[in-house]
Amino acid sequence: MSDKKKQITRRSFLKTAAAATGTATIAGCSGGLLGSSEAFALEFQEYFKEHYRLMTDEERTDTIERLERLSEIKKNTTIDIDSTKPQENVLYGYAFNVTRCEGFMECVDACVKENNLDRESKNQYIRIFEMENGEMLPDQGDGKFFHQVPRKGHFYMGVQCFQCENPPCVKACPTKATWKEKDGIVVVDYDWCIGCRYCMAACPYWGRRFNWNQPQIPKKEVNKKQHYLGNRSRVRGMMEKCTFCIQRSRKGKVTACVEACPTGARVFGNLLDPDSEIRFVLKNKKVYRLKEDLGTDPKFWYFND
Amino acid sequence: MDKTKLLKGILSFVKDIITWNLKGSRAYHIYLLVLLGLIMVGVCAYIVQFREGLAVTNMSNIVSWGFYISNFTFLVGVAAAAVMLILPSYIFNDKDLHKVVIIGEVVAVGALVMCMTFIFVDLGRPLQFWHLVPGPGELNFPSSILSWDIIVLNGYLVLNAMIPAYILYCHYQGKEPVGKYYKPFVFISIGWAVAIHMVTAFLYQGLPARPFWNNPLMGPRFLASAFAAGPAIISCVLYFINNRTTYKIEEAIFNKLRIIIVSAAVINLLMLFSEIFKEFYFPTHHSQSAVYLFFGLKGHNSLVPWIWTAIVINLAGTIVLAVKPKEGKFTVPALVLLIIGIWIEKGIGLIVPGLVPSPMGEITSYAPSGVELLITVGIVGLGMFVITMLLRPALIIEQKYEEEHGH
Ligand code: SF4
Ligand code: SF4
Repeated sequence: MSDKKKQITRRSFLKTAAAATGTATIAGCSGGLLGSSEAFALEFQEYFKEHYRLMTDEERTDTIERLERLSEIKKNTTIDIDSTKPQENVLYGYAFNVTRCEGFMECVDACVKENNLDRESKNQYIRIFEMENGEMLPDQGDGKFFHQVPRKGHFYMGVQCFQCENPPCVKACPTKATWKEKDGIVVVDYDWCIGCRYCMAACPYWGRRFNWNQPQIPKKEVNKKQHYLGNRSRVRGMMEKCTFCIQRSRKGKVTACVEACPTGARVFGNLLDPDSEIRFVLKNKKVYRLKEDLGTDPKFWYFND
Repeated sequence: MDKTKLLKGILSFVKDIITWNLKGSRAYHIYLLVLLGLIMVGVCAYIVQFREGLAVTNMSNIVSWGFYISNFTFLVGVAAAAVMLILPSYIFNDKDLHKVVIIGEVVAVGALVMCMTFIFVDLGRPLQFWHLVPGPGELNFPSSILSWDIIVLNGYLVLNAMIPAYILYCHYQGKEPVGKYYKPFVFISIGWAVAIHMVTAFLYQGLPARPFWNNPLMGPRFLASAFAAGPAIISCVLYFINNRTTYKIEEAIFNKLRIIIVSAAVINLLMLFSEIFKEFYFPTHHSQSAVYLFFGLKGHNSLVPWIWTAIVINLAGTIVLAVKPKEGKFTVPALVLLIIGIWIEKGIGLIVPGLVPSPMGEITSYAPSGVELLITVGIVGLGMFVITMLLRPALIIEQKYEEEHGH
């Protein structure tokens, strides 16, 4: 009860602040000093907005409208931002077939395009490590190989954010800007993140990526089907990470990496559905996870044929 | 009626502080201008960083914390060290140290200002820092150790600003401060000083992802090195005051500080040795970071000269201070050596190896970029400016009070 009250007063505080500054800017910049005054007013409202988890549905719609409009004004791109919530009885999990992967990196490419990753810093959520037969962990392998694949006597291991059930990154974040959703996906509220990078230090799997520079994506390559917690545009100073393609998975599709993999090494699905492929793998294959001793309980398994 | 009197008193207090700070010799004015120049350099560099993003630093997704956080970590120790003066002077009623306790507190305030500025410039999105303020923002308390750190650092700043402000204000009016108004806070601040250091150590210690940091000795070692480096810095400030102002500091004080410094430095070296033993007697997969720090890995050895220099000058400084040569001229250089040694060892020598090799085993080198160095210079200038601005009026007030009350 008191919690609710607190939220309401806070909300009204933010609203007043936003309204006050909003009007001030509209009045002040009617000359269009800083681009269009509309964009400036929208940005001001964006600046004062709430943490995504505390927004009402109505507020979520508002911010999405503002973001879509801003993209139109500033980048001349019409985008569609989705805010689908976690579905009932869904917990996503992932499995990676070490025998099948041949290091083609189609998944990396697909991920970069799907998730609007920065092309300038060549950001990628997925890393593929080439390992000699007999090795076990990716940190013994080579993550920068550049030659014809598959290479004799070697195998390949893909890593990305493992969507831990007990995620140390979430525990570390000082602003609650990153959290685990009901369907098991660990997400970042980009607009709430202050860029302290504590979560990055806390992640034992190197699953997080920071925007050191202003991300650049060629306009015609922008994926316009976006999700608020997924592939919408980021700016410098924000943390981001793999979200199991939240904009796809919550619509019942598989992730871009799974779709792109030519060897079928990647398996994605609902851990709560006994008939799913991922459940088949967990039941019938010998699976293992990385750094189990840390107790992070990642929802990402490796297996061999 | 009473209220207007209080207000008037405070007004004239503030006015006098400002005039005392502006008045001074030519050398003093040049010194102030130099500090302002340094601050300006830092501001300009920060504007570049603000516009371009943290890409202008040499940090990366592997070394995601660098020079700023290193300096922050070291300075938290300096701030905490004021307690080494507060504790003996208030609890054991040590008259000598009581005289300089205010100087220790001022240095702590300066160090804290630098700490917070270092955190601020390290943020990717500084304009969003209000997200940390409970109320409009969301502080992830008690889960995130960073939120603890924010609370303890701010609390310590308030304590260390309020206590001396009250005492000085009383002395300024020629009155004896009333114990019950400030003593309780003094006791709180003693515990609090330990807290800022332990919490900052826990920031790193609490990360199982980083074996180099995930080490229970971290907290105690932080304290030991802080209690060596902090009093060493305070000693240097005291030497400066003794030589350059009319405020005189007795030899006994230096001697007491020296004993504190040497004891803490020896304990620090012991713990360092204990860590080195663990990493190298039977090196495991988790010793990679230590190997990287002391010997380099796969050709990446940028930290190696630094850490060995740190160890050598740490030892040298400690030994010189311990034997205390008759000629006083070795003391200040020894103090400076010790400070630099601990700064390397607890700054960049602690932060960078914690992050390398990355959890996926990747190794890279790191050295601060030009922008990082310039911003750091600016922040150090700011810290010295704050210390100067607080110390000058404090000394004037104290001196007057002593003359009038014939201590
Ligand atoms: S892999 Fe890293 S980023 Fe992903 S949920 Fe686990 S701790 Fe967080
Ligand atoms: S970088 Fe962002 S998400 Fe990560 S801990 Fe800091 S505020 Fe949280």
